[in-house]
Amino acid sequence: MLADRWSARLAGLAAALFLALLVLPVASLLLRVPPGVLLERLRSPVVTQALWLSLLTSLASSLAVIVLGLPVAYLLAGRAFPGKRVLETLVDLPMVLPPTVAGVGLLLAFGRMGLVGRVLTPLGMTIPFTTAAVILAQAFVAGPFFVNAARAGFEAVEPQYLRAAATLRSSAGYTFLRVVLPLSVPALLAGAAMTWARALGEFGATITFAGNLPGVTQTMPLAVYIALQSDLEAAVALSAILLVFSFALLLVLRHLPSVTAR
Amino acid sequence: MLSADLHKRLGAFHLDASFSAEPGETLVLVGESGAGKSTILNLLAGLMDPDRGRVALDDTVLYDSERRLSTPAHLRPVGFVFQEYALFPHLSVFENVAFGLRAQRLPDAAVVRSARAVLDQVGIADLAARRPQELSGGQRQRVALARALTVEPRVLLLDEPLAALDLQTRAQVRAELRRRLADLPCITILVTHSPHEALLFGDRIAVVDGGRIVQLGPRDELLRHPRTDYVAQLMGLNFLQGRVVSKEAGGLAVVETGNGLMRVAGPLDEEREVFLVIDPREITLHLTPPSGSAQNVFSGPIVEMVPEPPFGDRVRVVLGTTPPVVAEVTARAVDDLGLREGSHVHASVKATAPRTFR
Amino acid sequence: MPAPDRFLPLRLARGLPLTALCLLLSFGPSPAWSGPAGHLTVFSAASLTDVFVVLGKVLEQRNPGVGVTHGFAGSQQLATQIEQGARVDVFASADQRWMDYVRQRGLVAGVATEFVRNMLVVIVARSSPARIARLQDLATPGIKVVLAAAAVPVGRYSREALDRLNGAPGFAQDYAQRVLRNVVSHEENVRGVVSKVQLGEADAGIVYRSDVTPATAGRVLVLDIPDRYNVVASYPIAVLRAAPNPAAAAAFVSLVLSPLGQRVLRDHNFTPVNAR
Repeated sequence: MLADRWSARLAGLAAALFLALLVLPVASLLLRVPPGVLLERLRSPVVTQALWLSLLTSLASSLAVIVLGLPVAYLLAGRAFPGKRVLETLVDLPMVLPPTVAGVGLLLAFGRMGLVGRVLTPLGMTIPFTTAAVILAQAFVAGPFFVNAARAGFEAVEPQYLRAAATLRSSAGYTFLRVVLPLSVPALLAGAAMTWARALGEFGATITFAGNLPGVTQTMPLAVYIALQSDLEAAVALSAILLVFSFALLLVLRHLPSVTAR
Repeated sequence: MLSADLHKRLGAFHLDASFSAEPGETLVLVGESGAGKSTILNLLAGLMDPDRGRVALDDTVLYDSERRLSTPAHLRPVGFVFQEYALFPHLSVFENVAFGLRAQRLPDAAVVRSARAVLDQVGIADLAARRPQELSGGQRQRVALARALTVEPRVLLLDEPLAALDLQTRAQVRAELRRRLADLPCITILVTHSPHEALLFGDRIAVVDGGRIVQLGPRDELLRHPRTDYVAQLMGLNFLQGRVVSKEAGGLAVVETGNGLMRVAGPLDEEREVFLVIDPREITLHLTPPSGSAQNVFSGPIVEMVPEPPFGDRVRVVLGTTPPVVAEVTARAVDDLGLREGSHVHASVKATAPRTFR
Repeated sequence: MPAPDRFLPLRLARGLPLTALCLLLSFGPSPAWSGPAGHLTVFSAASLTDVFVVLGKVLEQRNPGVGVTHGFAGSQQLATQIEQGARVDVFASADQRWMDYVRQRGLVAGVATEFVRNMLVVIVARSSPARIARLQDLATPGIKVVLAAAAVPVGRYSREALDRLNGAPGFAQDYAQRVLRNVVSHEENVRGVVSKVQLGEADAGIVYRSDVTPATAGRVLVLDIPDRYNVVASYPIAVLRAAPNPAAAAAFVSLVLSPLGQRVLRDHNFTPVNAR
């Protein structure tokens, strides 16, 4: 019994420390900037451009990841096939790569001289320095989050439901759409939230691959970083804005499952 | 007609089963868990493929290993009621039942019409808007049945349809299910581990043991000519159907079986339809009218005597009594009593011997 | 040449193995030196990357016991980090502005001394499909130009040089604006500009003369900017007030200003101040 109380205290202490680590930087950020200043900064073109670009690109990349990731997740949730382990590792790779390394990789693949890029260049299409490059970089680093979450969601669906559907004239496709997907919605939403958050915060790969140009490739994290180098107050204000936005949107996403459940 | 020849190996388990079934009949697969009964259902439904074999429904071949033919599950005219029902939790009862119709991309009006019809047929129209989580076990079972029936299967498979219910519900649902299944035009194959259920539901019964069908036939055949000791013990039971016509002193119910009266102990209400199962070993044979406490004594000739495999040390004695019963006695007793076909005997059955259920 | 580290301008690992090597090598005919010892941290503008590493090694050789650690980044980034309390001994900026920034916050010990100068050049990717043979071609619509961000010294210098070319003989009145319209990225230090052009991702960029190293020269074409329109970048160096190792710091600054130091700088295409 004594041991229990102590372990409870220890657990409480650990939790408090962890929460402090999470809360303190956030609180410091918000306390530093008065709301009036925040609103004023919000109106400056640098900020509105960066914010708009961040929202646009992160939503686009998240959507792309969801659409392209669903089949991959479904494939990985199914039975084994030759090369499945390789595919799993490949999907996990962007999570492990330092973002800058990812950026270099993207350059070597899609840059003007890149493996794919050199095919596109004669057609007049270059990817670096465009908003498309930003979306590509975000999709690359954030992809694994959704795929893994979706896969876990699919795997959690009772096999009995799939069998039942089969006996009810349901093809694999119909079963996926009408049974697997609806039953995985909470996992899919959580995965989408994580992916969107990661895409929103993406920096290293973006600045290496897409470059830094306000209105085209300068997303909020880039704007913060550049501002940090010469104007701390501006950087703090930008950070606070990004923080508030991200928090609000994540909150909404977390509430969606309980709303859709009705 | 359904004809099935199934061979499948799962690890150390070998399944080798061949059988056929006709429309309108209910074939029961009975045996202990692990015997392979559910595997047979899965193979018929196409949820699993055999290693070797053939499954055909009249002219339609659903599986043929020789011709490398295997129809995917969703294209087979099969309906399946799962043991735990597997009702889709995210859909209402109506949508669950309509699922098979929508999956075939039928127009909405047709879907609604057919689904409503089945809901009415099964008597759950009032549950249409509810979710499976809100239903009782018995209600869920009916929804599962309705859902399977909506796709108009030519073969209806039921995997332990009563196992997920508590004892009380089971008794109620059992009677209802039996009536429903009896009316169905399709081939019905039902799996159970309960010999009583098998006797109740089965027009024909297949005893499955260790991946093999040990014996297949109507009740009476299993009763009279059990091919193995196992079959004798499991399924070689007297099965009588009747109605309680009166009560006697001491709490005895008198059951009119249509073929004679049986006195049965136990709390049975009058006018109740009841099924009686009597173990042949509980029937004792006498050459002269017995004196003793047995409340049931039937006299009649021995119609047939069948030594039980494997050794014949037990003998099935088929009696032409009213009601007709089969007793099981030792070979020794046969010799001692000098029993022969045609001998007139008195069979006594204690009132406590018949097991009753509705 | 690989793209510079963007996250960590402090390449801590670089100094140490070299230190060890130099320590070993220094067990030779060098005189017993009871001079500065210990750790020395030098923050320098990105354009000084190669030359200051060399000078750092020289210092280590002369002063066994000294280990030099470098931080290379845009001067604006270094200045802000010093302001935030980075433990640095020496700061070498690519322009006066960021040195002033640090000095105005009372972070400099003594005075800042100009130690070298630099000029701008335009580099053009050899693999570029665009035909860029003259400075005027930078204004051609559709070509991709990379500059450093405006807060970076070379970024500011570049924009200044472009403005000077407005209306110059042979140049359009709005030359600068046209070139700026072709800018596709604002890099955070000069090495970022170099790498984008080297990789062939951008067609052209404006960097320092000193950035055209032998390695780079193979990958790019160089267009000179006439002295008349060119900008002379003035690099100041200073010991910081909070320097953990003032002795070694002073030794390093002396080395940089010494004839040897100036020679090394000239060898790296910088313009020395103490011309001898």
